[in-house]
Amino acid sequence: MSEMASPSRPANASALRARIRSSFATPLNSALSLAMCACVLAIAVPLVRWALLDATWKGTASDCRAAPAGACWAFIGHKLSFIIFGLYPGAEHWRPVLATAVLLALIVMTALPRWWNRWLVLAWVAGLSVAFVMMRGIAGLTVVNSREWGGLPVTIMLTAMGLALGFPLGVLLALGRRSRHAVPRAIAGTIVEVVRGVPLIAVLYLAVLVFPLALPTGLEVDKLLLAQVAVAIFAAAYLAEAVRAGLQMVPRGRMEAALALGLGRWQAMRLVVLPEALRIVVPSFISIAVGFFQDTSLIVIIGLFDLLNTARLAAQDPAWLGFYTEAFVFVGIIYFCGSAALSRYGLWLEWRLAAARRNLQEAR
Amino acid sequence: MASRPGVSHARKSLLVQGLTFGATAAVLWWLAHNMSANLERRGLSLGFGFLQQPANFEIGDTAWLRFSPEQSVGRAILVGLLNTARVSALGCVLAIAIGFVVGVLRLSHNPALRGVMRAGVEVVRNTPLLLLLLFLYASLQGLPSASHALEPAPGWFLSGRGLVLPAIAFSALTMWLAALLVLALVLRRRLGAMGARVIAGLLATVVLSMLVRHPSVEAAHLVGFNFVGGTTLSPEFAALLSALVLHHAAHISEVVRGAILSVPRGQRDAARALGLSRFQTLRMVTIPLALRAMVPLLATSCVSLIKNSSLAVAIGFPDVVSILNTTGNQTGHNIETMCIMIVVYLSLSLAVAAALNRYNTSLLALEAQLP
Repeated sequence: MSEMASPSRPANASALRARIRSSFATPLNSALSLAMCACVLAIAVPLVRWALLDATWKGTASDCRAAPAGACWAFIGHKLSFIIFGLYPGAEHWRPVLATAVLLALIVMTALPRWWNRWLVLAWVAGLSVAFVMMRGIAGLTVVNSREWGGLPVTIMLTAMGLALGFPLGVLLALGRRSRHAVPRAIAGTIVEVVRGVPLIAVLYLAVLVFPLALPTGLEVDKLLLAQVAVAIFAAAYLAEAVRAGLQMVPRGRMEAALALGLGRWQAMRLVVLPEALRIVVPSFISIAVGFFQDTSLIVIIGLFDLLNTARLAAQDPAWLGFYTEAFVFVGIIYFCGSAALSRYGLWLEWRLAAARRNLQEAR
Repeated sequence: MASRPGVSHARKSLLVQGLTFGATAAVLWWLAHNMSANLERRGLSLGFGFLQQPANFEIGDTAWLRFSPEQSVGRAILVGLLNTARVSALGCVLAIAIGFVVGVLRLSHNPALRGVMRAGVEVVRNTPLLLLLLFLYASLQGLPSASHALEPAPGWFLSGRGLVLPAIAFSALTMWLAALLVLALVLRRRLGAMGARVIAGLLATVVLSMLVRHPSVEAAHLVGFNFVGGTTLSPEFAALLSALVLHHAAHISEVVRGAILSVPRGQRDAARALGLSRFQTLRMVTIPLALRAMVPLLATSCVSLIKNSSLAVAIGFPDVVSILNTTGNQTGHNIETMCIMIVVYLSLSLAVAAALNRYNTSLLALEAQLP
């Protein structure tokens, strides 16, 4: 069990003992490897048989029920448009596709450090507006009520908009918590601690059940919008803690130097301290983003139709009742690809930022 | 102005603070005003009197406290709290245990073992907890009916009605001795040098007492379409518990792995140079050092497990959130039930935060004592 029996070990009695020990350990090691291979086979073989060999790829529910040993991918084929787009009218599917493409392009742009400048903010404002207008409909396009939105576009929109709205709010809350004044500190602290202290479900219930009661009589607010705002506030509280940690890591000297150069406090914060703090916490932003991509699925509980809910409802259709496994495996793969891609990107970015920092230090 | 910067600064600060305070107060007042107008229009009034009303709904899954619909709403909420506590306590213990083992195994020198653990962790970490929960619940419901239950081990029955285990009842003697043992474990520091001997002795008497008076094992048996006897874990409880444990064990394994990797290599090398075996090094050097980095993260993981147990709503397990939501919808007292929900979770989070602060201070004090 020992690659660590490295050549640096002194060649004496203890080295001999280590070698004897490792050779005694080797059968155990090989037994362990064999056991793991058996384990993998025991899982992989039935899985491949279920998912590929015995699966039903075409036909109706009765074809699937005739071959119960395999997966029923015909079900996914029939229900694909419902799972991906929910109740969105079929003739207008190009609109959610376009809106999602715009959001994904924005996300990819944001992912590349070369785009990190003030134009990005403008691009987000424009992109989010375009996506919203495309979904909702304007000037000649049929208006599609948000009750009919569903599936993947809703999941991606909740994530992207939640983080895009949550980010400035989170920075504001973090600055508030670090403020020299007691009142903003108390307000920001209360908001962040309360939101982080309760489950997302409680925040969603609060937004959907209680918040409408606090609006002027007769004002009806869209449920999806309420959920969107709740998700954004939830994201803001978590992002605020990350930003605060980043602000704490920036050496005090930076602020003092900026003030000595004649910058005002706000200018120094905006131009010197905040950019450095944000760079430090980018990796934790990524893990928060992965978490939120997955947590948007909780809107199932307040009866909205995200990707997970459309999949679940597809398996409740009387004609295809009970193909839950296929539905969940299918959306599970979508979630897996999205989350894994984001995490990989986070690792790449961390590596890149570390390399940039090293280069900077060497240049000095 | 320029000659008296202090005064101008103080004035500005006062202005900023006054403005933020005023704006916040105005928004809150506006919301409260709307709320009272809306409540009046609907003929509702605020107050916690509804807690004494009869609940008028069944709770499917209870433990320790019996519940029937004519009992009060307050008692229903208490039952929900106990359910949350039951699933979270069991979940935290199991998630930490499994996460610990997986985290250590992910640093194993055997590539096959490492790979299998990594694959499992990646799959769980990259899919939403709710998906896992719904999937497990749907799979449990797809199981055969009670009369065709699977029997994975003698006395264990797995069916659409959940998991039925044999009930084990220990004799009163064993229970008292076990309680003493727990007490000795808690006070182990106070007992000093005697501690180890006292604990070993108590452990021996616990085992002895079980030999003298056997714990009774009562396996369940099928009567008609249902099981009688034994301990039943409902499908909701079993699905929720296993989803929470899987999800959080994957996260905890990352915490454990990170903490072990954060122990300086020199410590391990030194221990190995002193002739400790690999396992001894892990047990006596690496893990105790890693534990310090781990404890705060483990505590946050547990808090997030407790918060995530509220996903129970999605499968109809009567946890505190689900019961508060039901009573809120039935009685129209949504505002009050939301307040209770927030107070419950917030007090928990704040208590854990306070405990962690104490832990950190004691750790700093410990480090200050070191040469």
